[in-house]
Amino acid sequence: MDRRPAASTIERRTLLKGLGAASAGLIVGVYIAPARAERPGQAQSAQSDVMAAAGSQAGLFQPNAFVRIAPDSTVTVLIKHIEFGQGPYTGLATLVAEELDADWSQMRATSAPADVELYKNLAFGMQGTGGSTAMANSYEQMRKAGAAARALLIAAAAKSWSVPAGEISIEKGVLRHAGSGKSGTFGDFAEAAAKQPAPAEVMLKKPENFRLIGTQLTRLDTASKSSGKATYTIDVRKPDMLTVLIKHPPLFGATVKSFDDAAARKVKGLVDVKAIPQGVAVYAENFWAAKTARDALSITWDESKAETRSTKEILAALRSASAGAKTAVSRGAMPAGDGIKTVEAEYVFPYLAHAPMEPLDCVIEADENACTLWFGSQMQTIDQAAVAQILGLRPENVSIITLLAGGSFGRRATPSADIASEAAQAAKAFGKKRPLKILWTREDDITGGRYRPLYVHKIKGAVDGTGSIVGWSETIAGQSIVAGTPMAAMMKDGIDPTMVEGAEDLPYAIPHLKVDVHTVDVGVPVLWWRSVGHSATGFSTETFIDELLALAGKDPVQGRLDLLAEHPRHRAVLQEVARMAGWGDKVPEGRARGVAVHKSFNTYVAQIAEISVGSENAPRVHKVWCAVDCGLAVNPDIVRAQMEGGIGFGLGAALYSAITLDKGRVQQTNFDAFRGLRINEMPQIEVSVIRSAEAPSGVGEPGVPPIGPAVANAWAKLTGKRVRQLPFVGDAV
Amino acid sequence: MQITLKINGKPHKVEVEADTPLLWVIRDQLGLTGTKFGCGIAQCGACTVHIDGQATRSCVTAAADAAGMDIVTIEGLSGQIADEVQKAWIALDVPQCGYCQSGQIMSAVALLTSTPRPGDGEIDAAMSGNICRCATYVRIRQAIKDAAAKL
Repeated sequence: MDRRPAASTIERRTLLKGLGAASAGLIVGVYIAPARAERPGQAQSAQSDVMAAAGSQAGLFQPNAFVRIAPDSTVTVLIKHIEFGQGPYTGLATLVAEELDADWSQMRATSAPADVELYKNLAFGMQGTGGSTAMANSYEQMRKAGAAARALLIAAAAKSWSVPAGEISIEKGVLRHAGSGKSGTFGDFAEAAAKQPAPAEVMLKKPENFRLIGTQLTRLDTASKSSGKATYTIDVRKPDMLTVLIKHPPLFGATVKSFDDAAARKVKGLVDVKAIPQGVAVYAENFWAAKTARDALSITWDESKAETRSTKEILAALRSASAGAKTAVSRGAMPAGDGIKTVEAEYVFPYLAHAPMEPLDCVIEADENACTLWFGSQMQTIDQAAVAQILGLRPENVSIITLLAGGSFGRRATPSADIASEAAQAAKAFGKKRPLKILWTREDDITGGRYRPLYVHKIKGAVDGTGSIVGWSETIAGQSIVAGTPMAAMMKDGIDPTMVEGAEDLPYAIPHLKVDVHTVDVGVPVLWWRSVGHSATGFSTETFIDELLALAGKDPVQGRLDLLAEHPRHRAVLQEVARMAGWGDKVPEGRARGVAVHKSFNTYVAQIAEISVGSENAPRVHKVWCAVDCGLAVNPDIVRAQMEGGIGFGLGAALYSAITLDKGRVQQTNFDAFRGLRINEMPQIEVSVIRSAEAPSGVGEPGVPPIGPAVANAWAKLTGKRVRQLPFVGDAV
Repeated sequence: MQITLKINGKPHKVEVEADTPLLWVIRDQLGLTGTKFGCGIAQCGACTVHIDGQATRSCVTAAADAAGMDIVTIEGLSGQIADEVQKAWIALDVPQCGYCQSGQIMSAVALLTSTPRPGDGEIDAAMSGNICRCATYVRIRQAIKDAAAKL
C-alpha cells in the first residue's frame, strides 16, 4: 500500500513512530509539502546575494518546501522564522544539515515567503515568530525535511550506480558506495534526485549519532553582518522609490482634524502629502526631504477620544482596581493566627519601549492586482491579511519577502499589523505605482506606543513559626495585550495569560497560592516585550521569595532548593549556577550577590549577580553567572549568546528604562532619555548550558527574567533596601 | 548646493541642502547602506564613519562640513587593523541582529588605530557611544582584545 498522502493533503503529517534497528534512528513517516512554483517577485529575496545560493532555478533540486540543492552542491534552507538575532537561520539549517549529512560549509539560509500552508509556526497555526518557539516547533519538521532530501539523493545515486540504496553512505556532503569505490556530490545527483518519488518514511538519527547538532557551528549570517553587506529593510532600494515618513498623533487615540502642508510643499524633493488613518504621510525623494517636510507640517488633531492621563493617574487606576477580579489559580487558604508572620509588598513596573536598533520600516510596491512587501515581518499571516484587506486583494496576492531585521524584542509582532497596515494605507492614498519605503525615526519609535504594559503586582506572603513559607496571595493589575485583538483567542477564562505567566505557575511548594487579575483599560497601546509577562512576574516572584526566605532565616539558594523538590530542572540550574559562582564563598568587600531562578517558554534559567553600589545610587553589576536548561542545545554558542544578550537587555531595562506620560504625551523621545545598557555598564558573564536530551525549547527570551531580581536581591543584601519599583534609577512613576 | 565628498578614496559630486546630514548622502544618494540610521542625534553610534581617521557620527555631521575630508565607511575599510577586527568579529560570532555592528566595527577600528593595546576601561570609554540593543557587549570587548593581540 502506498502510504504517501496525496499531494494536496498538506496538513497530513503521518507520524509512524517506531524504533529501527539498534544502529539506526527513529523511523518516521514523512510528508513535507513540496516547493511551490515561484511567484513573481519571490525570487528577488534581498538576502539571496549574501547568504543564499544563486537564485537560478536551473538544475535546482527542491525536494520539499524547505530545502533547495543547487548544481554546485550548496544547500539552501528556507527559514520560516524571521532572523533578528536569535539564530534561526543557523539553528534550522543545522537541523537540515544534520539529517542530510551535509558539510556545514555548503549550507546557506534564506527566508521563506509568506505562505501559511507551507510555513506556519506549528505552535501557532499561522506563520509567525514569537514566544521563543522557532526551534521547538521546527525541530522535527526540519530534520524530516533534511532526511527526505537525503533519501532522494541516495535513491538517485543507487539508480545511477546500480547498487542497493542501503549500501550508500553520506558523510560531509559526499555520497559513497564502499563496495564499488564510487563517490559523488549532492550537485552530481541533484537533477536525478528531483525525478525520484518522495519517500513515505525516513529514518531520523538517534541523538548519539549527531555530528552537527550540539556543536559550535559558526553562524550563517555573521560574515555579512560584520562587513555592512547584510540587507535590512532600510537598505532596500528600488528604481523610482520614494521615502515616506508619517506624522503620528501626539496623543494615543487622537486623529487628524485638518492639516496645512503649504510650507512642507516648498521643500525640495517633496512629492506629495496625504492624510491616512495613522496620521499624515509625507512622500519625498529621500529621507532628509521627507523629514524636513514633515517637520514643516502644521496639523490640527482631534483629541476628543485620546488618552490624556499622566502615568501617575494610570498607576492610581491600577492600584485602586478592585471590582471584577478574576482568579487564575487558587489552592489552600491564607493561614492566620499565632506564630504566622506576614509580609506585603507592592511592585510597580513601568511601560517599556522595545527600541530595536532598526526602527520600524517597510517597502511596498502595489498595483490593482497584487502587492509585494519587503520588511521584517514577524507575523506574516496577519500582515498579509491586513494588507489584503486594505488594498482589496486576496491574501495570496500579497507577497511578503521577510528580510533580516535589526532587532525586535516583540515590537514587530503586532496583532494589528502596524507597519504593514501603514505601508498599505500609504500606498493606497498615494495611488501611483511607485515603490514606497515607509520609515520610522527613533522619535516615532520611542513615542509610538506598543509598550510593555505598566503593571502593579501586590503580594502577601506568610511564614509560620517553623520557618516554612505557608501562604502566597498575589493580585496583578494591568492592561491586556491580546484582548480585543485578532489574537484574543489566547484569553483563558477572561484572563490574558501574558499577565499571569510566571506567577500562576509559581514552582515553590507553598500550601496556599492564589493569583488574582484585574484587567484595566487604558488608551496606551501595549505589546509583548521580550519575555512578555515574565518580564514582570520573574521580578516580583523572585524578589518576594527572597524576602520570605530571609524572613524565615533561610539561605537564598538552599531555601529555594528545599521548595523545589518537585521541579528537578529548576533545581539543576540553581545548583549549577551556585557551583559556578562558588555560592557561599567569601564575596569581596563592598560587594554582595543575589540569585534568581525562573522558567519561561519551557526553558529554565538561574542567575547569580555580584554587585557593588555604583553611580546614581544604583547597582554596579560586576559579574553574572548563568545556568540554562533549554533541552537539547542545538547550537550551544548561540544559547550562550542569547543568555548574554538577554542579561544585558534585561539589566538595562531594570536599571534605567521607563516610558512615562505627561497628560498623555510620552516624555521620552530618543536614546538620551529612554536609556538602555551601554558597554561600560555590561557585567562579565559566564554561562553554563546544561546537557540535556529533552526536546529543545527557546532561548531568545528566557535569559531576561532572572537578571532584574538577581540584582535586586543582591542590592537588598548589600543595602538592606528591597526594590519594589523599576527602574532602579530615577523616579519614573 | 553642490559639494564634493571623498568617500572610500573616490570623489563624489553631490547636490545637498546646507543641513543634509552626511549619513543620508551616503545612504540615499550614494547607495552605501552599510552605515546605519539608529537615532539621528548621535546617541547610538550606528551611523559611525571615519572622517580623517576619527570615528564620527554621520547623522549629525552636515555633509557640507565634510567636503574635502577623507571619509571612510564600512564598505571602504581596509588595512591590517580592519582585517583583524573583522576576523575577530566573525570568529566570536559577535553579531546578533547585526544592525549596529557596522558602527561598532568602525568605532573599534578607530580605537585600535589610536590605542593598539586598549585595557577594559579604554575599550568601554571608546565604545560606550555605540548602543547594541542585543547587548553583544561581552563579545565586542573580547573581539577587540583578540584583534589587538594579533596586531
